[in-house]
Amino acid sequence: MVELQAVTVGYRGAAASTTAVGTTVLDGIDWQVPAGALAVLLGPSGCGKSSLLNVIAGFIAPSGGRVAVAGRPVTGPGADRGVVFQDDALLPWLDVLGNVALPLRLRGGGRTAREDRARHFLQLVGLEGFESRPVWELSGGMRQRVGIARALAADPEVLLMDEPFGALDALTRERMQELLLKVWHATGKTIVLVTHGVEEAVFLATDLVVLSRRPARIVEHRVLDFGRRHAQGEGARAIKSLPDFVSVREQVLGTVYAQDGGLH
Amino acid sequence: MSAISPLTVRTLVQPAPGEAEAPSRPAGPPWWSRPGAISLVSVLVLLGLWHAVTALRWIEPLFLPPPAAVWEKLLRVAGEGYLDATLWQHAGASLARVGLALLFAVLTAVPLGLWMGWSARVRGVFDPLIEFYRPVPPLAYLPLIVIWFGIGEVSKVLLITLAIFAPLVIATATGVRQVEETRRRAALAFGATRWQLLRHVVLPGALPEILTGVRVGLGVGWSTLVAAELVAATRGLGFMVQSAAQFLNTDIVLLGIFTIALIAFGLELGLRALQRRLVPWQGRG
Repeated sequence: MVELQAVTVGYRGAAASTTAVGTTVLDGIDWQVPAGALAVLLGPSGCGKSSLLNVIAGFIAPSGGRVAVAGRPVTGPGADRGVVFQDDALLPWLDVLGNVALPLRLRGGGRTAREDRARHFLQLVGLEGFESRPVWELSGGMRQRVGIARALAADPEVLLMDEPFGALDALTRERMQELLLKVWHATGKTIVLVTHGVEEAVFLATDLVVLSRRPARIVEHRVLDFGRRHAQGEGARAIKSLPDFVSVREQVLGTVYAQDGGLH
Repeated sequence: MSAISPLTVRTLVQPAPGEAEAPSRPAGPPWWSRPGAISLVSVLVLLGLWHAVTALRWIEPLFLPPPAAVWEKLLRVAGEGYLDATLWQHAGASLARVGLALLFAVLTAVPLGLWMGWSARVRGVFDPLIEFYRPVPPLAYLPLIVIWFGIGEVSKVLLITLAIFAPLVIATATGVRQVEETRRRAALAFGATRWQLLRHVVLPGALPEILTGVRVGLGVGWSTLVAAELVAATRGLGFMVQSAAQFLNTDIVLLGIFTIALIAFGLELGLRALQRRLVPWQGRG
């Protein structure tokens, strides 16, 4: 679904000579995300995982390598890739329904059809009844749910999520992880999610990739099924306290720590 | 010996009828210490001083007529008029000039500001021009405008337009540059074209700054009014004040100044209300 071949991102020109900490952000990333996967990119802060997501989204052009989504090479941002941002990026001049319906409005088409569709996705993220509320009245978790509904309303091939729960409090964060798994299960979308939370990554991922510090390479790739098991009905806390889960979490944590290797 | 009187028992156990609601409403400051009341008192004290100073004849009425005389003048100018026009016609002429100038300024400055905020190259072209003329007082370039455009309405409206234009174009360009990058990216990821990005993200995102620019611009424009009406006007508040001063009609001068101030105050309040209505999200996300 998402294919990355030898993707490299680096600064060119004047910046190269003035940047002390290396100029290569991503160093030859090869990665295939199968259709329907919930792929998670994990790595120490500042390692370039968001850069990789931005390359897939088409916001950054790679300096080398090839990126393709659903067989089509990526040349810029496009409606086949929906993006959910950490700072939600909702438009405060539109109400909740208006925000979710925006991608459909940009595409043209009847008002009733797009509002029906927007209502459907608001229901999916548990926000029915909030349609006409201004988004600036909502809590952080609710705003992220609007962001997810909005990205889904555009019906993308892939949903790209850049630390979507990074700014939320711990409890809301866990709720949102469970909601995301529910939404993923219900829609069957391919998702690529960036996070620096190890437990979050292990819980959600079907495909977990750990990046090294800059210049980033893939240092670990695991296929997991904890998220899928939760989506099929197992309790989140029960899964997170399984010996299996704890052991994977500690191993991955070890890998990330080894990469972090410095005082922050 | 009973230590507790019936009165004490009543207040301890249950409040008397009517007392129950009193504690539930938090006691605000008394009416006379609220900001609005203080301002009102301040204005009344000034009026009182003005009246006292003139009633005691400390200052000649020629220099400072008493408040009652100005009030009387207001009634007369409002009814019979002064220099062939009533107060309302003078105010109307001034408001029409400023309104027309505001319209022209919005129609030109907002698109240019959007373009300047959008493209660094365009900003590079226009920034020096705007920064060059912006700090120059309108009175300084008024003669040039008169040489180029004559002494008619065009020059007056143009002068006010120029005064509004600079703050508005700068505010608009700033507003565009302050639109969050993730909001632009979100729209692009939904397949927005450049026009859709402008229409759905950039313009509404810059609207709070644009409205602030209109407020600042209208303030500057209104204060340029007297200068604009110096030249060959036959109506207008600025013209009224200027002419009255030449005949030492101090009461009319004061009346004109008060009218100009009150209208400016009203415009500011109106624009603030408009801002609250159009951009209620300002400062909230």
